[in-house]
Amino acid sequence: MVFSHTTHGRTYRFGDLKALLAKASPLRSGDVLGEVAAESDIERIAARYALADVPLTHFLTEAVVPYESDEVTRLIIDTHDEAAFLPIRDLTVGQLREWLLSDELTVETLTGVASGLTPEMVAAVSKLMRNQDLILAARKCRVVTHFRNTLGLPGRMSVRLQPNHPADDIQGILVSTIDGLLYGCGDAVIGINPASDSTATAIELLRALDNFRLRFNAPLQMCVLTHITNTMGAIEAGAPVDLVFQSIAGTQKANENFGITLALLQEAHEAALSLRRGTVGQNCMYFETGQGTALSANAHFGVDQQTCEARAYAVARRYSPLLVNTVVGFIGPEYLFDSKQIIRAGLEDHFCGKLLGLPMGCDVCYTNHAEADQDDMDTLLTLLGVAGVNFIMGVPGADDIMLNYQSTSFHDSLYVREVLGLKRAPEFEYWLQQMEITDAAGRLRPSQVAADKLLPGDLLGLGGA
Amino acid sequence: MTKSLATSDPWRTLARFTSARIGLGRVGSSLPTEAMLDFSMAHAWTRDAIYTALQTEELSRELESAGFLTCRAWSRAKDRVEYLHRPDLGRRLSPNCIDNLHSHSDSGRRLSIVIADGLSSLAPSQHALPLLKCMLPQLSEWEMDDVIIATQARVALGDEIGALRGAEAVVILIGERPGLNAADSLGAYLTYKPHVGCSDAERNCVSNIRPTGLSYERAAHKLIYLLHEARALGCTGVQLKDDSDVVRLGAVR
Repeated sequence: MVFSHTTHGRTYRFGDLKALLAKASPLRSGDVLGEVAAESDIERIAARYALADVPLTHFLTEAVVPYESDEVTRLIIDTHDEAAFLPIRDLTVGQLREWLLSDELTVETLTGVASGLTPEMVAAVSKLMRNQDLILAARKCRVVTHFRNTLGLPGRMSVRLQPNHPADDIQGILVSTIDGLLYGCGDAVIGINPASDSTATAIELLRALDNFRLRFNAPLQMCVLTHITNTMGAIEAGAPVDLVFQSIAGTQKANENFGITLALLQEAHEAALSLRRGTVGQNCMYFETGQGTALSANAHFGVDQQTCEARAYAVARRYSPLLVNTVVGFIGPEYLFDSKQIIRAGLEDHFCGKLLGLPMGCDVCYTNHAEADQDDMDTLLTLLGVAGVNFIMGVPGADDIMLNYQSTSFHDSLYVREVLGLKRAPEFEYWLQQMEITDAAGRLRPSQVAADKLLPGDLLGLGGA
Repeated sequence: MTKSLATSDPWRTLARFTSARIGLGRVGSSLPTEAMLDFSMAHAWTRDAIYTALQTEELSRELESAGFLTCRAWSRAKDRVEYLHRPDLGRRLSPNCIDNLHSHSDSGRRLSIVIADGLSSLAPSQHALPLLKCMLPQLSEWEMDDVIIATQARVALGDEIGALRGAEAVVILIGERPGLNAADSLGAYLTYKPHVGCSDAERNCVSNIRPTGLSYERAAHKLIYLLHEARALGCTGVQLKDDSDVVRLGAVR
């Protein structure tokens, strides 16, 4: 279908839905690199006028990637929930924006329509929304998940503790873990990105983390972020696997580039569920995503990177994840050039994921060749805190020494808790108080007592710390 | 720095077990001033490494005093901003330098070395020549080509240069994406029978070459080993294994 908009005597035409979505997308380097971006600001806004008038029902009849050749499209269409779609069925994209921002919209209504929304509808409406709209609407969403604690409750924000080490050194990882716990971080997950891509390393790290957790009876889940096939190997070997991790993308071809299919994800999900290691719930998947992933695998099929990203969320929600993390600034400046683009993308991803019913977190981050610095991360962190992000990263000093990029630190989480009054997961708050790491108000206590508890002399084989 | 008003962490001695920034202490919720400035300085070094142009004439003089002949190449990316936006342009030679790069080898055993800025000019300017000096005595089985100094370059540019030089193999020594603790990290990528359009899977990589990472001696040893094995196998890439020592591809693709 051809879409068009006329302004000042000139008519702008858009050949199909994917072209319209791409031209309506806010400027970012990846869409320019992928040769799908609008050629001028005027064309971009003309596309938005045209997009605003597209009925939501049209998204059920025109796929951006062919149904026949892409299993993600088939997943989106085949699992679309007509009943949930009913309250918004007669709206256009422009009306959906207004519906989302209206005073009357309740959390319950919003939760109810999630399975009636497709990623492309959500991506479309995000392109008509300013940053404040993305924050306001996302803040109305509530997505609560459970494993050994409860994540996503209102007024709370959790932190993934990320204790990476370039040589996977267990002592190095444990001292960063202890540092993070003493700063009140880790309730989302303690998650290691291993330097080595082997099942043996993953098992060794999983055992070390699990022993540590059991020693302190901590209401936390652990994860080694290795390829899903390594984790499945670890499960078979009897290793203590809490969460199955995988990077995912929004097209079948991009997922194949990651070495995964929906069937493989299903198999891994069932394997993890069978372990029944959760205590308060069984959300046992952890997914990471990021705009630009599909294009970097040359698997975007002319679809803009933000729409591809939203399609990855359709993959994620199939498996009821505990955590979905958009690693927004990791991909580099050829996809998100500067802090303006990174901040916008972070807010879009959080909004789109939440609207689709996902427990969205964000790795507020950048690489050194992007035009960004820690001031920009402060800005995005604060905005996402206001928007109600489920979790952020906690990296020692914000400096990941294994992946060589900058994220948010343990200190950053304390800052955002302080300015916005955000609490941790309730089970973790209780544990931190028992460990005398925090006081009854959740503030860090003077640290000697807590440090002595977490650092018995033999823990690291240090002979007294 | 003057004495800090911050509370120090009793576990700060654990910092000896990792290079991660742990035990930093805090003032309220926030970083002590010195820790904050340390981070900013590390970031400034990485920015400087990315945006400082490789001093090609100085590097050329240093190479020539060490007995190497040199020539120049540059990519289609006209400046740093375009280089960062368009990785594809950094992978292809500018038409303006191609004529000067045409060459022919009678021996069929030519090794071309390319020294390239990549994402850190600091890395090649500090570490390329010392690494080459370590390698040279072990390269008697190869006909050494001139050293080609390339700018606004991505890894794949080495393959196009190697093809123009009639090289049996090409090694590109290129600045990796700088980390806060490693603004000067040099990567070496090896391609056997290089041609335009080689994929990442057809190269081998030795990464993190710098005195506090992989030493010149060890990096040279790996590269010589890989070169020898590449000739024996007739290829580089995923089929050529250096036990566990072949580092993942990835830095400046």
